[in-house]
Amino acid sequence: MFALLWKDLVIELRTKETLASLFLLGTLLLLVLSFAFDPTHPMREQSAPGVLWVAIIFSGTSAINRSLLRERENDCLSGLLLAPIDRGTIFFAKTAVNLILLLTAELFLIPLFIFFFNLPFVSTVVRLAVVAPLATLGFAAIGTLFAAISLRTRAREIMLPLLMLPLATPLFLAAVEITRDLMSGANYAQVSHWFKLIVAFDVVFLVVGWLTFEYAVAE
Amino acid sequence: MKPSPTISDRIAPAAVILSMMAALYMVFIAVPNDAFQGPVQRIFYVHLAMWLPTFAAFGIVGLTSTLFLWTRNRRWDHIATASAELGLLFCTLGLATGCIWAKPIWGTWWTWDPRLTLTLVLWMIYAAYLLLRNLATDPNQGSVMAAILGVSGVVNLYLVNRAVYWWRGIHPAVVVTKEGESGLTDPMMRLTLMVCLLAFFLLFVWLLRLRVRTAHLEDDVDELRSRVLAAGV
Repeated sequence: MFALLWKDLVIELRTKETLASLFLLGTLLLLVLSFAFDPTHPMREQSAPGVLWVAIIFSGTSAINRSLLRERENDCLSGLLLAPIDRGTIFFAKTAVNLILLLTAELFLIPLFIFFFNLPFVSTVVRLAVVAPLATLGFAAIGTLFAAISLRTRAREIMLPLLMLPLATPLFLAAVEITRDLMSGANYAQVSHWFKLIVAFDVVFLVVGWLTFEYAVAE
Repeated sequence: MKPSPTISDRIAPAAVILSMMAALYMVFIAVPNDAFQGPVQRIFYVHLAMWLPTFAAFGIVGLTSTLFLWTRNRRWDHIATASAELGLLFCTLGLATGCIWAKPIWGTWWTWDPRLTLTLVLWMIYAAYLLLRNLATDPNQGSVMAAILGVSGVVNLYLVNRAVYWWRGIHPAVVVTKEGESGLTDPMMRLTLMVCLLAFFLLFVWLLRLRVRTAHLEDDVDELRSRVLAAGV
């Protein structure tokens, strides 16, 4: 599994194409959404979490799509499937790569978001420090599973969000609600039910992905 | 090989037609007007009757998808497709009749009440499910991938449910109005509801049978076609 993880990370480090496009697309979305939701409004803390998560989700969706699409070029996927490893392991490796890429992009996107929306830096970062990795884990897991599926359809770029977003409703609702509540001064105890929901979602889709990835990639 | 019609083939359409006629008669003539809402409330019987087939259908999709992944028997796949299509149909009708009822009673076509939100999310999941089948590059693969989505959909249902309820909080006004206002104190109202539920459920079962059979025939035609092509005719 670590070999697979390492392979993908080396490719990314050498080309930096996914990370660069992920970051730029995220920034662009922050900009466009700032036009829609006034970032100078005194009530901006109500709309800001939605803006951040929409930017992460949309740029992340195309990044996850790319990570699986890359295996299709030169038929790398067949080679990967011929390797004597459990398909579930491939799923975990791909999920881990996507998680690392998304978190790296968030590391740049979140300061920009704070900058654009003129929010207090330290407290916002502290508030996002737990929810962002947890929500991104579930997003990477469900994204990896459904990217493998949408790879085998016509119209594959549009299929991934269509398949994934309705199922990921609980994840996004929880992420946005936690971010909003924490930013308006709630403590962790008040949002613990949302945290439980995110953790449950992560567990469900790691298990479902691990069990069904085999069918999703089988020829 | 034309399958000869069985007894249930003859009974099913007759039962559907009879129960539908009975339902129409009850809804429009027999049942008294609602004390508060007037004649508008009569749509309730049809509206509620849509949800039994919808949830039965989505439940069947989850169950048969699991069985299909497990056994790889095409039979389960046919049932899953058929019930996803019908579930989506009844879900659409349920949403539509709900909107029509909501406009005069709540004064709006749509509210972001948890129940409505949940239904819309469900609708999206199963619409994507059918799209996935049609857009798969290889039909066999499409069945497998759709089955994965079918299983994920059911597993996820509880989480979606929790999320939308917490998102909106519980809106007692809407829920209480919805059930409290109908009240169904009149025995005739209860009877009408039962007849409607039965009529639409029978319709669902009948359509499901027909649709599954069509899927089997499509499979047979595909097989014959490939045999003819292989023989080089």
